[in-house]
Amino acid sequence: MNPARARRAGIQIKAPTGIMGFDEITGGGLPRGRTTLLAGGPGSGKTIFALQFLVHGARHCEEPGIFVAFEETPKRIAANFETFGWNLAALQKRKLFFLDARPTPDLIQSGTFDLSGMLAALGAKIKEMGARRIVFDAMDIVLTLLPDQAAKRREIYRLHEWLLARELTGIITAKAGGDQESSLDQQPFGFMQFMVDCAVILNHSVVQGVSQRSLRVQKYRGSSFDEHESPFLIGKNGFEVAGARTLGHAHTKVIHERVSSGVERLDTMLGGGYYRGASVLITGFPGTAKTTLSGAFVEASCLRGERTMFVSFDSDFSEVIRNLASVGILLDRFVKNGLLRIVSVRTITGNAETYLLRIKTFAREHGARCVAIDPVSTMSSSASEMIAHSVVERLIDWSKSEGITMLCTSLVDEMASRTIGMSSLQISTLADTWIHLNYLAQAGERNRGLSIIKSRGTAHSNQVRELILSDAGVTLADIYTAGGEVLMGTLRWEKESAERAANEVAEVAGKLKHVRLNAEEAELEVKVKSLQTELVAKQTEKELLTRTSESREKELSRGRTRVRELRGGDTAIPRLKRVP
Amino acid sequence: MSRHAAFKFILFVAGDTENSALALANLSAFCRTHLPNRHEIEVVDVIRQPKRAMKDGIFMTPTLVKTSPSPVRKIVGTLSDTHTVLEVLGLGDLAA
Repeated sequence: MNPARARRAGIQIKAPTGIMGFDEITGGGLPRGRTTLLAGGPGSGKTIFALQFLVHGARHCEEPGIFVAFEETPKRIAANFETFGWNLAALQKRKLFFLDARPTPDLIQSGTFDLSGMLAALGAKIKEMGARRIVFDAMDIVLTLLPDQAAKRREIYRLHEWLLARELTGIITAKAGGDQESSLDQQPFGFMQFMVDCAVILNHSVVQGVSQRSLRVQKYRGSSFDEHESPFLIGKNGFEVAGARTLGHAHTKVIHERVSSGVERLDTMLGGGYYRGASVLITGFPGTAKTTLSGAFVEASCLRGERTMFVSFDSDFSEVIRNLASVGILLDRFVKNGLLRIVSVRTITGNAETYLLRIKTFAREHGARCVAIDPVSTMSSSASEMIAHSVVERLIDWSKSEGITMLCTSLVDEMASRTIGMSSLQISTLADTWIHLNYLAQAGERNRGLSIIKSRGTAHSNQVRELILSDAGVTLADIYTAGGEVLMGTLRWEKESAERAANEVAEVAGKLKHVRLNAEEAELEVKVKSLQTELVAKQTEKELLTRTSESREKELSRGRTRVRELRGGDTAIPRLKRVP
Repeated sequence: MSRHAAFKFILFVAGDTENSALALANLSAFCRTHLPNRHEIEVVDVIRQPKRAMKDGIFMTPTLVKTSPSPVRKIVGTLSDTHTVLEVLGLGDLAA
């Protein structure tokens, strides 16, 4: 059926392998009803991959499977995979069948042969158990017995036709030397690669003494797939592919919620804190308080009641708690109530991929909403720079798609990179917020400076702050710039006290002036009062004067009238004219 | 059957594929030449009797199994190399 029609009809066209990461790379698993070639060197994990595919089908997809072993006895295979907890013994009763098809050592050959016998036997078994999946493990073993290329091709072709006719989802594994590219092109694998619908190549190499396993889907007919090499691990539950960068499947929701950095003033500088789901990078030289800032972030997260994980590459579990307690970050209580999980991964063994998978698994188990990794740069010490970079990239991708707020610290080698904030992993471009810590050596002191180099989607302060650690916690202090120089530590303190003193003097002077002015004011007021009193006196005097003259006038006129009356004269007025 | 019928063979074939037909022809010719009247041949077609193939562990066809006289020996292939067949059957002297 063509894939588009199958999709419309709602039929699954892919058979999930149940291998973490692989189903994502291929968009659902192996091509259903088709054949997949699985090639790789010795010990590259072919058998595990193939068996896990069968186990998943039998356990979760109602698809019983058959494992045809050309190389190892079924007993040994079952014993080898006991540790993965697949419970092969129980599955073998009904859903999983092992066929021991090893050529017997006493086998004698005369002339050519074919695999019809095996296919006929398998055909009967498939009918009997309703098998839908089949694995031919170590096909190369049986092919080497065939006398010539033509015979080999013929048998591969026969097998392929047989699989297609039964619509079985099949895996054929084949060894492909250490140097995969060259040996794969050799006959008959070259032919096999052309014939199958899907080809997966497993690779196992050692880079700088660290084992690196990777997987690459070389072809996949009728489907898009991630064609890059994806690292994988053989973990305690089997095969785990680390790749799976689901580009284009942006589940990431843009969130405007802010989460506290654990340092109040830093939150202010960032305009409210980090964004939820953001990835934060803190770079700095050794001892610039990167761990402390991580601790503050973790504590803040726990105080909000969120499940949190702290991954420490450098320190032991109890060391982390003790060291952070010394700066007032008390994590012990959160470990006790289960909110916080501290994972200590000493930098002894393992590669970057292992770390990534472990971190992912732990975070998933814990249900972490906030994760701090201190320092992420450790990964680069145990892997090639390129791989470590891609691991960190995927770590950030993963945390974003899970909506986890992640804080990573990265050590900067003071000697190696004088340039500011040269992160060894170059993850600075990926991080949403990048905070750089450095030392400022000045006047015989080293002081910690904090600056926000970038913070996406946030108006952030462009100023350097001094980071101060005390047993009460972490705080930031303004720094002083004087004459183009940044002042920190004692110099800042001196500057601060000088300023305080100057303020005091100014304050006293102000007070004095105030008093003086008060006095002057009072003086003037007194003056005004005395003048007013004088004014009133003058006015009274003036009034008195007016009044006296009036009464005298009256008295005079009355007097004259009286005189006339007394003289008995008539009241004729005209005489009055003579009066002056 | 003569009283010398000491050799018992089972030839597993897969239908009438070329290899199977060739093996049967080679075996018949071989017996006529080297074991006249001293053999029994049972032909098992695994396409018709797949469970027999599974039971007997026959995965490559054609396969010749000599069940008698002991030891049991298996030869895989078209039996085109008479020399090998004689060696395996313990008839090396006849080849000489």
